Amino acid sequence: MVNININGVNLSVEEGTTLLEAAQFLGFPIPTLCHMEGLSPYGACRLCVVEIGEGPKARLVTSCTSRVEEGLRIRTASSRVMKARKMILELLLASCPQSKVIQDLASKFEVRRQRFRQEHEDCILCGLCVRMCEEQMMAKAIGFRGRGEKRSIGTPFDIRSEQCRLCGGCMYVCPACQLRCTYTEPDKAICGGCANIYPPCVEKEQFDDMMCYMDPCVACEIIKKIEIK
Amino acid sequence: MTPNTDISNLCSTCNYLATCVYRQGREGPIQYCEMFAEIIEGHDGSHGSLIAILEEIQAKYGYLPQEALKMVADKTGRSLVDIYGVATFYRAFSLKPRGKHLVSVCLGTACHVRGGPTIAAELERQLGIKSGETTPDKEFTFESVNCLGACALGPIVVVDGHYFSKVKTSMVKDILQKTRTGLDAVEIVTDKRIFPVEVSCARCNHSLMDHRHKIDGYPSIRVTASFGQQHGWLAISSLYGSYKTESEYEIPFKTTVHFFCPHCHAELIGATKCGECGAPMVPMIVRGGGIVQICSRKGCKGHILDLSGAMVY
Repeated sequence: MVNININGVNLSVEEGTTLLEAAQFLGFPIPTLCHMEGLSPYGACRLCVVEIGEGPKARLVTSCTSRVEEGLRIRTASSRVMKARKMILELLLASCPQSKVIQDLASKFEVRRQRFRQEHEDCILCGLCVRMCEEQMMAKAIGFRGRGEKRSIGTPFDIRSEQCRLCGGCMYVCPACQLRCTYTEPDKAICGGCANIYPPCVEKEQFDDMMCYMDPCVACEIIKKIEIK
Repeated sequence: MTPNTDISNLCSTCNYLATCVYRQGREGPIQYCEMFAEIIEGHDGSHGSLIAILEEIQAKYGYLPQEALKMVADKTGRSLVDIYGVATFYRAFSLKPRGKHLVSVCLGTACHVRGGPTIAAELERQLGIKSGETTPDKEFTFESVNCLGACALGPIVVVDGHYFSKVKTSMVKDILQKTRTGLDAVEIVTDKRIFPVEVSCARCNHSLMDHRHKIDGYPSIRVTASFGQQHGWLAISSLYGSYKTESEYEIPFKTTVHFFCPHCHAELIGATKCGECGAPMVPMIVRGGGIVQICSRKGCKGHILDLSGAMVY
């Protein structure tokens, strides 16, 4: 067992526990976009930063990837942490202003201004979908491509992957695009519209090399057309 | 090595298509061949070998064909996503077919202040393409790079691995012209290290010179060459320093060839092995004294010239 101190509360946790797990055990809220139980920690969104150490040695680390150490003092909501978090949220909001998850978080952390140009990226490269596809769905249909500002997530050669079973797991976990395709049921993360119309859109000719994940899903429009008729 | 046959109905990918042994009896393009499988089998299955495999495929095809990446995934047991991720991560890999010649101009800081952008603009103008594009005749691919590590020599233009330093806009035309004629071509007239030799068979001492068949404007050395099932004549340039050969049958790259004297039919083979590739050396007597030994492997430039005891004219 390892003794740590989170926000002044002493706690003894098992070795190998992440700071995020320890803080959540005590009920301290730490926002995160790229962490999910059952998926390996990745540390991409940087929202879960906490401050560790004392005095001049104090530093910010991502709590989802850092493990507990004996005698570690952790502050999950110090002014430095909050300042960093707000900046990260502002940047995330600039890249994906249409994401409801990010908008909600931003308002929760009182991000009141938008100093950066909006990019409308549809993706914050958190890698949740990539890990979901690989670790839970055992498919490895999508992955990271390119480098730097050209880095993106998708299938090889932008065609429908043979490994993809259209499970929708990637859309389900996505914090940026999950409400993009909700048709009439916004409370459901994925509409399943493409699978529910007849014939299913994946069997239609024009969907041959397409997957809803990648391209603008037009299932809603097809259903609308059918309903109008 | 430039294929001199019409390539339109051959393989669309491989650089060595004119000499490809797997093409025989096949019609239509083959996207990847047994040679390709050899590349993968030549590496162990370790994690780090992936980049080496991709580099070899890129060297052979000039780019990474979609089918090739799929085959790498199949053979190495890794997922296509990972391989595609690596292939798109590195600038050195290209997923689009490239031209025969790759022209890179450095636009790093040092080259930039020394006029790299004007060189790039001039190249773009003369080739008629933008950075990252390939000319319609598939001859040139032009790209800009960020630093080549030779900042003192800037601005730098690299064509197929040949560095041109302190380039001025007036030199661009020459560079492209030189690329078209072949960068490995040597200027015979000006280079004093290049001189014609006359050789004869080490066994029967008959002259091997063929005065009717001229290469580089000088009589060629004519021997009989044998490899695989093929057996025919081979003419070698007699210019020491020129590596031009002509042969009855196209000899595949890196093939070791057996040389025979056309007069006494003895095999021209010595005890020496090539210092560069390990293939047997072919000895020939130089008229005037001395022995020249050339490597028997196609494409290898290994040779030994021993003129000890030669008369100095």
